[in-house]
Amino acid sequence: MLAHVRIDLTVNGERREGVLRGGESLLTFLRDTLELPGSKNACEQGECGSCSVLLDGTLVCSCLVLAAQAEGHDVVTVEGLARDGALHPVQQAFVDAGAVQCGFCTPGLVVAVVDLLERMPHPSDDQIREALSGNLCRCTGYAKIFDAVRLAAGRA
Amino acid sequence: MSATTERPRLAVGRIGERLPREDAVPKVTGEFSYASDLSTPGMLWGDTLRSPHAHARVVSIDVTAALGLPGIHGALTHEDVPGKKLYGLEFADQPVLAIDRVRYVGEPVALVVAEHPEQARRALEAIVVEYEPLEPVVDMERALEQEPLHPDRPTMGHGYRDDRRPNVVRHLVIRHGDPDIAGDVVVTGTYELGIQDQAFLGPESGLAIPDGEGGVDIHVATQWLHVDRDQVAPCLDLRPEQVRLHLSGVGGSFGGREDLSMQIHSALLALHTGRPVKMVYDRAESFTGHVHRHPARIRCEHRATRDGRLTSVRMQILLDGGAYASSSTAVASNAASFGLGPYRVDNALIETTAVYTNNPPCGAMRGFGAVQTCFAAEAQMDQLAAELGLDPVELRLLNALEPGDSLPTGQVIEGSLPTREVIRRAAALPVPDQETLPRDPLRLPGGTGNTTTGEGIRRGVGFALGFKNICYSEGFDDFCAARVVLHADGSAVVHSAAAEVGQGVVGVMLQVARTELGTDEVTLAPHTTATVGSAGSTSASRMTWMAAGAVRDACRAALEERERRGGGEVDVERVHRHPRTTPLDPETGQITGERAHVALAVAAMRVVVEVDVELGLTRVVWVGTAQDVGKAVNPLALEGQIEGGTAQGLGLALMEEIVTRNGAIQNASFTDYLIPTALDMPPVEIELVEVPEPDAPYGVKGVGEPPTVVSTAAIVSAMRAATGRPLTRAPVRPDDICL
Ligand code: FES
Ligand code: FES
Repeated sequence: MLAHVRIDLTVNGERREGVLRGGESLLTFLRDTLELPGSKNACEQGECGSCSVLLDGTLVCSCLVLAAQAEGHDVVTVEGLARDGALHPVQQAFVDAGAVQCGFCTPGLVVAVVDLLERMPHPSDDQIREALSGNLCRCTGYAKIFDAVRLAAGRA
Repeated sequence: MSATTERPRLAVGRIGERLPREDAVPKVTGEFSYASDLSTPGMLWGDTLRSPHAHARVVSIDVTAALGLPGIHGALTHEDVPGKKLYGLEFADQPVLAIDRVRYVGEPVALVVAEHPEQARRALEAIVVEYEPLEPVVDMERALEQEPLHPDRPTMGHGYRDDRRPNVVRHLVIRHGDPDIAGDVVVTGTYELGIQDQAFLGPESGLAIPDGEGGVDIHVATQWLHVDRDQVAPCLDLRPEQVRLHLSGVGGSFGGREDLSMQIHSALLALHTGRPVKMVYDRAESFTGHVHRHPARIRCEHRATRDGRLTSVRMQILLDGGAYASSSTAVASNAASFGLGPYRVDNALIETTAVYTNNPPCGAMRGFGAVQTCFAAEAQMDQLAAELGLDPVELRLLNALEPGDSLPTGQVIEGSLPTREVIRRAAALPVPDQETLPRDPLRLPGGTGNTTTGEGIRRGVGFALGFKNICYSEGFDDFCAARVVLHADGSAVVHSAAAEVGQGVVGVMLQVARTELGTDEVTLAPHTTATVGSAGSTSASRMTWMAAGAVRDACRAALEERERRGGGEVDVERVHRHPRTTPLDPETGQITGERAHVALAVAAMRVVVEVDVELGLTRVVWVGTAQDVGKAVNPLALEGQIEGGTAQGLGLALMEEIVTRNGAIQNASFTDYLIPTALDMPPVEIELVEVPEPDAPYGVKGVGEPPTVVSTAAIVSAMRAATGRPLTRAPVRPDDICL
């Protein structure tokens, strides 16, 4: 096993540090060491998007990023989106539109939609579908997720 | 009633309202705790050694080397199972850990427990198992002549037909009228379906915590807490009350959590170490960690008069149940009972055989046998329409099964079944105009992967009808308990073990309690076996009906009790039962009482596809569907069920198949097993048909399965229209549609 290394980084606006185990992923580090289980592990192969976080403002699958690569960088997870007890507008739109069933895909999708609307405040339907095509959802058939994106965009 | 009477305004959260989910807020913030998120101080990690062979004799298992590795707290084999060595959802035919034989690739053989998951993984590699490979039984047809995999025939003697052929799990014959009766036209076909996976996103996971007194608490994602408990306790040699099952957050299930996964294993490790033990499957392990949808081979012969009335149908249905029985006997019954589709057929011979093989075990998945036969029967109806020169929708209307008609089992339909209405409403939905070319490649079949400008596109419109039972059948004593505590301040707490797996039963129970109690101050207690009786399973589209009935009954009883006592706190538990069913006659497949099925629900679907016949790519452009829902408890949640159920049927039509080679799964990842993405799903237009089910609380019907039953059939119907090919196999492969 590789030597244990200490890293520090900013997570949801706070300086955090922790000891890495071998070549562990940012996802595992967030979930197990920093105790932020909001980002989910549905494939750990970059196929499902459940683990999506923002790394220096860029949407990444945290299961594909080595935790060591995040040293000194800025990470935003789903836990960092609500402000002062109020849901982020994208989170609120997911609730209102009925875009959540089992919810396992939801944290990743919420982060992906936050990223989309930052880049593209009023996306077309095709742009929404393309932007979210890396986030699998097994429950909803996506229709209500698209509704949530339109709702959040319309409210902005 | 005077025209000026104001309609009463319901407070938030009553039956029939369009509502967001109660648990949506913790789910969007990331606070909602799924089974894989659980942790507790001092927790160890368990892992499972699985068989690399589809069929082998286990000569020896040596865990010595594993025990010597750093961080290891134990390594267990079948010898360490203190109680019953076998378990099973309906028949105990599956070893907790392999004893002297393994019957599928991925069968659990040994367990390890360690400080860290990585240490556990290394310890698995240090376990030495000597196998003597045996010839695997991998073809469902040949299985009936090969060496029996379960010579003791565990499913026989349960009121099923005694079939002496090797490897028969259940053989069911339904003979109705005179199947030999002639028709003016005859159409035949053989249809096949591959293995579909539930592919829920939240992997199997659980946390077992010893209680210090010999018992154990198991926190797990499951569909039926009490039936898990009743399987776990005997294997641990504990009394049921010493084993408490608690529902953690469930990341989808779709049938795949009906059977046990790591429940017994984690409890064994926790009791062995005296410490909490967590187990989490990764995606590859998940593919072998739960049962799948049965692959099927279905032979059909439909006879009809010149004007299109079905005179007789013969169907031969073969289902591969894989290595263990799971729920194959019930899947076989459903496949047979609903094989003809929602059509009136006076003469039929339906023969269903579910077999054991060394393929991955199959059991429950959304649609439960009806998906496979709907695909075959609807293809036959399209073929018949073409043969007769009739409109496919007209042919279906002409033969539609309605209340007063009989199922092939002799059961007369007494409840609601608005088949014609559902057909008409779906058929009336206007299809979108064809989009012009050239266009954004995102809107071509295959999306940006399409290298042409769409010259090869052919459009097709398809239609299908599907139906299925609601609730358990064939004499199963199906009940659901709920407990209501009314506090003196007027607020209430509802206790129920009904598993919330994403479908929204928590919302249904709250809506019912708020409606009955006339207050919004209602909360739900955690779902557990510790404080309330069994709710039965979240399956068979039964939970809305059963939980609504139980909560309604408990609320009414609580109000009466409070009235009787003149106030104060009351605490009552009630058990709800649906109308009793009876088994099918083992020889004739006919009902032995009034009914074998409680209620039925029907859905119709119209689909537009574009097939690129040069590239073998398909784009589903639009779906319109009408569904018989009894009463819409929460239209927002209901639409979500229809959209999501349609997506799973689309997956089976176009892309989803577990591929096996000699019994071993070849594509156990989301890289190789594809499920529909946001780019694959078309808009779904929905018509809700509300004809209340007379025996059900508030007239509700389950809604989760009919969209999955019908959508594979409807999509492939549209693809046939586009290509002119018979397309007898699902999923359809690119080669099948290249012209
Ligand atoms: S868990 Fe990272 S993409 Fe699936
Ligand atoms: S809501 Fe269950 S996977 Fe998306």
